[in-house]
Amino acid sequence: MSETTKIVALHGGLLVLLVTLQFLLPAYHHGNLARIMVLASFAIGYNVMFGYTGLLSLGHALFFAAGMYGMGLAVQYAGAGPVVALLAGLAVSVVVALVVGLLALRTAGVGFMIVTLMFAQAGYLTILYFTTWTRGDEGLVLQQAQRTIGSLDLSQPGPRYFAALLLFAICFLVTLWMVRAPFGKVLIAIRENEERARMLGYDVFRYKLAAVVISGTLCGLSGAAYGLLFGYVGATFASVQYSIFPLLWVLLGGAGTVIGPLVGTLFMFYLIDLSSSVTSAYMLVAGVVLVLLTLFAPQGLVGELRARVWRWLP
Amino acid sequence: MTIKTPKSTGTTRRGALKTLAGGAAAATSLPLWARYAQAQTSEPIRVGFQMHRTGIGAAYGRWYGRTTEAAARIINEAGGINGRPLEIVAEDDGTDPKRGAEVVEKFATQLKCDIGYGTLFSHVVAGSAPRAGELKLPYFIVSEGHQLASGGLNRYTVQPGITDVKSQVKAMAPFVASTLGKKVTMIFPDYAFGHDHRDFFSEAIEAQGGEVVAKLAIPPTETSFTKYFPKIPRETEVIYHVMVGPAVLTFVKEMGEFFGPSRPEMFGFIDSLEAVDISSPGLEFLEGTYFWEGMPRYAQADQTPYDKFFREQVGVDANGASVADPKDVATYAHMFACWETLFVIKAGMEAAGYQSFKDRPALIEAVEAMTEMPQSNEHPQGAKLFNGKTHQVFGPQYISQVTDGKLVVKHTASIEDTLYPDETDYTTQSF
Repeated sequence: MSETTKIVALHGGLLVLLVTLQFLLPAYHHGNLARIMVLASFAIGYNVMFGYTGLLSLGHALFFAAGMYGMGLAVQYAGAGPVVALLAGLAVSVVVALVVGLLALRTAGVGFMIVTLMFAQAGYLTILYFTTWTRGDEGLVLQQAQRTIGSLDLSQPGPRYFAALLLFAICFLVTLWMVRAPFGKVLIAIRENEERARMLGYDVFRYKLAAVVISGTLCGLSGAAYGLLFGYVGATFASVQYSIFPLLWVLLGGAGTVIGPLVGTLFMFYLIDLSSSVTSAYMLVAGVVLVLLTLFAPQGLVGELRARVWRWLP
Repeated sequence: MTIKTPKSTGTTRRGALKTLAGGAAAATSLPLWARYAQAQTSEPIRVGFQMHRTGIGAAYGRWYGRTTEAAARIINEAGGINGRPLEIVAEDDGTDPKRGAEVVEKFATQLKCDIGYGTLFSHVVAGSAPRAGELKLPYFIVSEGHQLASGGLNRYTVQPGITDVKSQVKAMAPFVASTLGKKVTMIFPDYAFGHDHRDFFSEAIEAQGGEVVAKLAIPPTETSFTKYFPKIPRETEVIYHVMVGPAVLTFVKEMGEFFGPSRPEMFGFIDSLEAVDISSPGLEFLEGTYFWEGMPRYAQADQTPYDKFFREQVGVDANGASVADPKDVATYAHMFACWETLFVIKAGMEAAGYQSFKDRPALIEAVEAMTEMPQSNEHPQGAKLFNGKTHQVFGPQYISQVTDGKLVVKHTASIEDTLYPDETDYTTQSF
């Protein structure tokens, strides 16, 4: 079996599995998986920058929230339907990603981390500052009627699951295509040795900017979808913890792997969900598990799989 | 701790329910549920308690938990609900709206809870209520937020145990204007909770012939407040403050240093100092100032038997602290609402003849049919009036003055002072 066949079989099989699970999972896990797919799309977006381009951002909550608020404010104040609102969220996140990229990429390393963190904090405080419109920390509730496309009610389990799956499939396949295309190879080259990529004649800044915009757009799309599917737009999603979460999900799943973000998000979600049923110190449990994973599987779950078994994993 | 079984107060409250539909349903289905109760006495009614065990609401969560357990114990000692025991299924939401929504989903689809209950922080309510509505899970919030009464949530969400911020603030204006002064400077956190106070109080004080001469919004990240105090106009007669969070101690200390002995009158919301000992070092400046209290923290000279009963059952002493640890100060101004909400749930389930999930709409209708709730062991904070259209309860409010390091009630605002026109009608929404 050729490498391409294996890749198509694995990633295609995963999507088929997710379609099948729609009909098999009990209600609770069905709802969870819809949420996980949206959050995994967020992590996929993060992975484009961190996993493939080597840009460690601490401010991706900004992009998630940009999409979420772009969508939510369009629904709330412009009376936009879900599709138009989703496009509004997408447009806002593209613009925000472009601006942040143009400014933040003037720095590198620790400086880049701090600048992205500061941008995200500025975004968070902006949401609180304009409480009159955003309802600040309390956030906005989107009513069921505002989340309906024709006869398709996105608040219902089936449509929500398929909408989440569609979003995930788009992000997943775009990333898979991208990292196997010449463009993605250049991003990986930049990650591995930026100076050498520059010496080979690539305009590194433009490639990195493109990575930031693609990453921010995928994250923004996820944020818009999250608000639409779960009916809530809140400042919490712009706070620093939502910049840390995608980093954790990607590190756990395997940075620079296409399926890693899904695996990491899934693992983290159920780690918290299951441990919270056992003890109120569930964050301690999560912390210990994360430390152990970092010590014994530093490349993440899928990363270790690639290092030990499936070397062809993209 | 002595456990006392309540007497016949439940009958009085139930008698106050104007529940034609619910009553008829209960009457017609009585033989059925009686058989069910007899056949399945061990099958508990599961109340999913969305608990702020961790995160910014942890102090509230701890006391909400104790109050809930005490009320559930009493209900069970008195025979449970419809002959079935009540089981509290607590799940931590981390005071986070995303996790809150997940917890609601867990209650409805995995833990097989009959209802969801107990959420305080308004952003967690906002994140969770849409999912409760979609999953058709009756969701009894204990939040004070105005978002429910303003029509922002859904038919499955009700708040029968605590008044909302709009009615609380509105009820304060007559006392402030008549007793403390008519020119008010407001100091509030620059987010939704603070904006609610700003908007509702400004309107209410103007209706009393007063005015807000300055509105000082403090960014939530602020840790020092000295630069804001010079912005307080000299003509200010009353400072109205609603600062919350750990910075409140610094806020009070710095304000004391700024004004010295010649301060204007001061009025605040006890939310700032819930679970904080009022006689803590640094809070001396608060002596003589006034606070809103949902329920008086200190046992008053005219303490009602209902307050006494409530304190005994929850384990709170006369100073509003834990009987087991006097340093563990309760969130006394709010936590009564968990107690009262659980008794409303009991009354609603009995009126609806609640047996299983299919009766959830009947439960909501039974609660919607409620109106007057007399002061009793079930409603120790005071008599209530429930508005079935807006799903919001109204009740008395207390204004206390810090006197010798204790809060002494100076004024009780009546239910009538808290009322405002309906902004929504949830009964027009389908189930």
